[in-house]
This record gives sequence, C-alpha cells and structure tokens, in this order.
Amino acid sequence: MILGLSIGPEYYLALSALLFTIGAGGLLIRRNPLVMFMCIELMLNAANLAFISFGKEMGDLGGQLSVLFVLVVAAAEVVIGLAIVVAVMRRRPKASVDEVSVLRG
Amino acid sequence: MEAVTFFIAAGVALAGACGVVLFRNPVHAALSLVGTLFGVAIHFINLEAYFLAAVQVIVYAGAIVILFLFVIMLLGVDRAESIRTEPIIGQRHLALLALVALLTFGVLIGVASNGEVTGVPPQEATYSPLEGGLSIDEAIKDSTGKTIAPKENIREVGRSLFSTRYVFALEITALLLTIAVIGAVVLTRRPKGEPEPLPEDDPPSIIRNADSDTGLHLTSNEDNDSIVDMEANESEKHSAEESGVSGE
Repeated sequence: MILGLSIGPEYYLALSALLFTIGAGGLLIRRNPLVMFMCIELMLNAANLAFISFGKEMGDLGGQLSVLFVLVVAAAEVVIGLAIVVAVMRRRPKASVDEVSVLRG
Repeated sequence: MEAVTFFIAAGVALAGACGVVLFRNPVHAALSLVGTLFGVAIHFINLEAYFLAAVQVIVYAGAIVILFLFVIMLLGVDRAESIRTEPIIGQRHLALLALVALLTFGVLIGVASNGEVTGVPPQEATYSPLEGGLSIDEAIKDSTGKTIAPKENIREVGRSLFSTRYVFALEITALLLTIAVIGAVVLTRRPKGEPEPLPEDDPPSIIRNADSDTGLHLTSNEDNDSIVDMEANESEKHSAEESGVSGE
C-alpha cells in the first residue's frame, strides 16, 4: 500500500536525477537563452534536493547550509546572466544563442 | 502519509520540469518553473528543512522567476520558438541527452539501491558535530527527546551559519552578491552614444535567415526553401560588401 511505504533517500535521489536530466536535456535542446537559464535552475534545484536528502540521511545540518549557499550563488548567476542577455539582445533583437557565437560587438 | 506527499510533490515537480523544456513560449516555461520550485519546496518540508522551504519559495518563486518574467517582458521575446529548427544538430543533442539521462539515472539508482547512499550504513551514521556544526538530531529534539517545532530548524541553521565553521563562506557570499549587483548595473547601463542594433544579416547566418523569413516555422515547401536560399545568398553578399568596407 502506498500509504505505508517508507520514503528513503533513494526516492529523493531518483527524483533528483530525473530533474537534473530534464534540466540538462532542456539546456541542450532549447535555443532561447532565457529558457536555457531556467533549465540551469532546474539542475541546481535537483542538486539541492540531493543535498538535503543526503543531509537528512547523515543527520547533518551541513546539507541544508550547502543548499543555502547554492541558492545565493544561483541568484547571483541569474542576475549576471540576465544582464548579459539584456545587453546582447539590445544589439541583436533576435533571440537565439546560435547568433551570438561570434562574440563580437 | 509521507509517501503520498512525496508522490504528489514529485509529480508536480516533474510536470513543471517537463513544461519548462517543452513549452515553446518562454512565459509559459517560466510559469511552469514555478510549479517545479513549489514541488521541490514541498520535498524540503518533507525532509524537515523548513527554513530552506521558505527560502525556496521566497527567493526562487518570488524573486528569480519574477526576474525572468521581467526580462522576458522587457525584451519582448515572448513569442513562440520552434524546437525543431535544426534537424541535424538537434539529433546530435538528443543523442547526447539520452546518454546523459542513462548515465545520471542509472548510476544514481544503482548506487542508491545498493544501500550505500551515504557511504556508511544509516544505523552507524553517527555524526560528531565539528565546532559550530549541529546534527539534525540535536536540532529537532529538545532535552526530553521530544521533537520540537520547525522554528528550531531556523534557529539551528542560523546558529551554524554564523558560527566559526561557515562564517567565512557567509561573508564571501555577501561579497559575491555585491559584485553581482554592481555587475548587473554595469552590464545593462546604456552608455552615451551606444551603437545602433546591428542589421539583420550580420553575421550572415543561414539558420537565422531561414528563421526570420519563414516566421520561425520551417515549412517543407520546396518553393519556399529555394526563395529563402536565394534571399540568404543575397544578404550574405550584402554583408560581405559591408564588411569589406569596414572590416578588412
């Protein structure tokens, strides 16, 4: 019965692996830089879930603190990345990462 | 009960993740990202990380997704994007994706089902807190051994964060956030005499030209393709002349 099932860390790790894979696949498939950033967020969330699941398994608060730092770094990364996207798209209004492969003005 | 919560939240998170990848409109992708973030927050509550669940909702759903939506609206890129624009390159990426999926999923499931998730068996996972570090067992039980309120989790996270073990990392993240704010201002500031947006055909890109001429939907119409090719050639010629004047 599903109600009596005890959820061990392997369930969370499987979910984390699935989320990470979906994020990595989206990063490879999509060509819109904004959606690619969202996929990076998906992968970071999967890593966070694994961190907290391991932390609970070990009985250690270090997992939660690592997630806190990952959150801060993710926020900084999104801010800088979106600023770069805005700066690039002002010059090239077409939104696709294939067009900024030249890296010149 | 934990199992029911887990499966519902996992379904929400996975559906949101699939939505991020599959929705063509970036606005819809951002909104389904909110679903994933809420699902992960529910998992955090399930794992007794109450403070991080709140931070997840406030910072991610409240700040980062709003930032995404703001940039989408600012740039006006909320139009649909064709996922199958490049058949050959897309196939290569799909193959890579299948590889990544197999590796990540297989390795993690294999390791997890072996019972060696933590490297030590869970019964013997005796954790001796380093200085400033507190184990969850101490954090969620009071002196009589009773489980106590979620606010204790917040207290213990704060105590660990500002103790000697993590305080340098905390200071460095403060520096990182400051640098990020300054960098964002510098990057998005519009300087005086900013050059105009580049013309459409610079650099010459067959993919881009095909995209823009067919309105992001590549049709398999033969006539249409030949017209597109001719136009692409012409625009390449134009840009070659322009760069011949300015570049070389």
